[in-house]
Amino acid sequence: MDNAATTRVLPEVFKEIKLYLTEEFWNPSSTYESAGKTARKIAEAREKIAGAIGAKGKEIYFTSGGSESDNWAIKGVADALRSKGDHIITTAIEHHAVLHTCEYLEQHGFEVTYLPVDEKGFIDIKELEAAIRPTTVLISVMFANNEIGTLEPVSEIGEIAHRHGILFHTDAVQAFGHMPINVSEMNIDLLSASAHKINGPKGVGFLYIRSGVKITNLIHGGAQEKGRRAGTTNTAGIIGFGKAAEIALSRMEQRKEYESSLRNRLIDRVLTEIPYTTLNGDTEKRLSNNANFCFKYVDGESLLILLDQKGICASSGSACASGSIDPSHVLLALGLSYETAHGSLRLTISEDTTEDDIDYVVDSLKESVERLRKVSPLYKKMMEE
Amino acid sequence: MAKVVVGMSGGVDSAVTAYLLKKAGHEVIGVTLRTWVSEDGDEGRCCDIDDARSASWKIGIPYHSLNCLVEFKKEVTDPFVEDYIKGLTPNPCVICNRTVKWEKMCYMAEVLEADYVATGHYATIVKLPNGRYTVKKAVHAEKDQTYMLYRLTQEQLAKTMMPLGEYAKSDVRKIAEEAGIPVAAKKDSQEICFVPDGNYADYINENCEGEIPPEGNFVDEDGNILGKHKGIIHYTVGQRKGLGIALGYPAFVKKICADTNEVVIAKNEALFSREIMCRDLNFMSIPDLKTGEKVRAAVKIRYHHAGTAAEIEMLDEDKVKITFDEPVRAAAPGQSAVFYDENDCVVGGGIIC
Repeated sequence: MDNAATTRVLPEVFKEIKLYLTEEFWNPSSTYESAGKTARKIAEAREKIAGAIGAKGKEIYFTSGGSESDNWAIKGVADALRSKGDHIITTAIEHHAVLHTCEYLEQHGFEVTYLPVDEKGFIDIKELEAAIRPTTVLISVMFANNEIGTLEPVSEIGEIAHRHGILFHTDAVQAFGHMPINVSEMNIDLLSASAHKINGPKGVGFLYIRSGVKITNLIHGGAQEKGRRAGTTNTAGIIGFGKAAEIALSRMEQRKEYESSLRNRLIDRVLTEIPYTTLNGDTEKRLSNNANFCFKYVDGESLLILLDQKGICASSGSACASGSIDPSHVLLALGLSYETAHGSLRLTISEDTTEDDIDYVVDSLKESVERLRKVSPLYKKMMEE
Repeated sequence: MAKVVVGMSGGVDSAVTAYLLKKAGHEVIGVTLRTWVSEDGDEGRCCDIDDARSASWKIGIPYHSLNCLVEFKKEVTDPFVEDYIKGLTPNPCVICNRTVKWEKMCYMAEVLEADYVATGHYATIVKLPNGRYTVKKAVHAEKDQTYMLYRLTQEQLAKTMMPLGEYAKSDVRKIAEEAGIPVAAKKDSQEICFVPDGNYADYINENCEGEIPPEGNFVDEDGNILGKHKGIIHYTVGQRKGLGIALGYPAFVKKICADTNEVVIAKNEALFSREIMCRDLNFMSIPDLKTGEKVRAAVKIRYHHAGTAAEIEMLDEDKVKITFDEPVRAAAPGQSAVFYDENDCVVGGGIIC
């Protein structure tokens, strides 16, 4: 129940990866024919992925994953357009790959506006427009939030950005392969995505860079990726990513429908059967695989331990932050108190999840929440009052 | 056999505790409390958490690290800073044990339906004929840690196991080595965990939300000004080094007066006192004393103090007067005084005022 953290590599994808790690292990930059075949396969993967977002193959640059793509997009544009301006607009609920990159730029003289969000996690389009300055060079707003699944109004943001002649980057790590994306229709100039969120391998992602967008390199070295991203081509990773994207795209509609119905069952049962529980994020405009709850008077960490003992893998906040100590910055940005945010639980499903799984999870949750409330001093106090 | 939650600090003592309990047939779960973050934003105890986790893997027990940052700040580090500003010399470990460590571990034991919590302290839990629990000094007194434990409640003690009370540190290291526990050779922790460099003044400067007392005067016992001090947070009762003042005789800090922002300097002889007062008491081997009631005990006035025979008299609610047979040197307000009976068991203790 933690498919937003990562997903399993599909057998069809693994077959390709294995082939290109063992037999067809060539370096596609080499000139001989065997290597050339691998290079062609990479080009195919690039085309497949480009097709998935309505882009051209030459606009796709493979990276080591979502974090590198976010870093490159933001630092690269900031650097390339420094003479034009030094202001960036983003949101308070971005992934740390975006937030910490922006903080880094702040230390180097840039100014960053972190747009607040409402209680469901949406930014206010009017506030975005009001935040634009003559010096604004980039707007970076995530496609879908990784913790609460909220889908931001990307098309409207793109439209505003372009009306003001500002570049628009979106972190689509949770959305790519899950949601229909068209970079032209949505006015997206830069888009980050990762393979392991769509049943591909870890350690590979891409950055879409619209033709003509000025961006400096992040990784310097060889001439790979048309000289814009150095490093020996991750052949198996990229080819596996291509295959995973192809499969994800072909099944997107039916998967969305299946996952949404399970997710709705999960949300309905939890909200009706467990008292003092709220859903974080929106009911409609959310990722089809995401549910995020706050259980009042429950310590999120203890809840994870109890669920783990029942064989349920879940997370409190995002997996990337579980080693950290602050409660989720996303939940705090929704206006939740520190205590409430501490009792949060994210459950993210996949195509492999069944209705029985959902029922087992809800039953286990009921039991665990009840047990934790029994030992919670706050709950005892509340019941006495 | 029991189900036991072991508090793992990342060091060798708690790892061996977990190992011994597992070997004795108990169902053991390792837990580390995440308590603080350093200035550069790193998790303060991340290395210790890594060590505790790999020790747990090696021993073959489940392991969890738990967030208690908020509790630690509220109960331990904020009061630590406030005490220094009031001119006191606090014992944060004493407070942490009761209000954070045991509190959270006992909570986790309830959550996990465990019977006991266990730690790697060098002390033994004793159940007395009167039904009360206390802690007894370790057999190998050089590693005795009962001083830090005197504030634990009866409920907490009833649920606690301390298997290392019978062992010497060298035995523990040997057991760890034989068991292949990766932290066998790790150095003992010395300083207060959240001030790893031992520089309290820097810590207070960085973490104080209010105003830090400014420079002031060194004075002698009659109030004559002797020179300038850097601010009272830089000094502790009994301190000799780093005063930056030459008086022609060895000079020591006798007293810190927060209200006048003065540091009183005196010769060593003047640092001895026969009588001290204690507040915020906790009793272990006996129930609370009644007003006027007296008890004889050996009293330790700091962690590294051997203890001095004394008579303890209850004055009024939550305050005692301690009269020593021989005067004690440099009793510092804020430190704990811990009382021991003739069997080396903790009678109780309180904070010197």
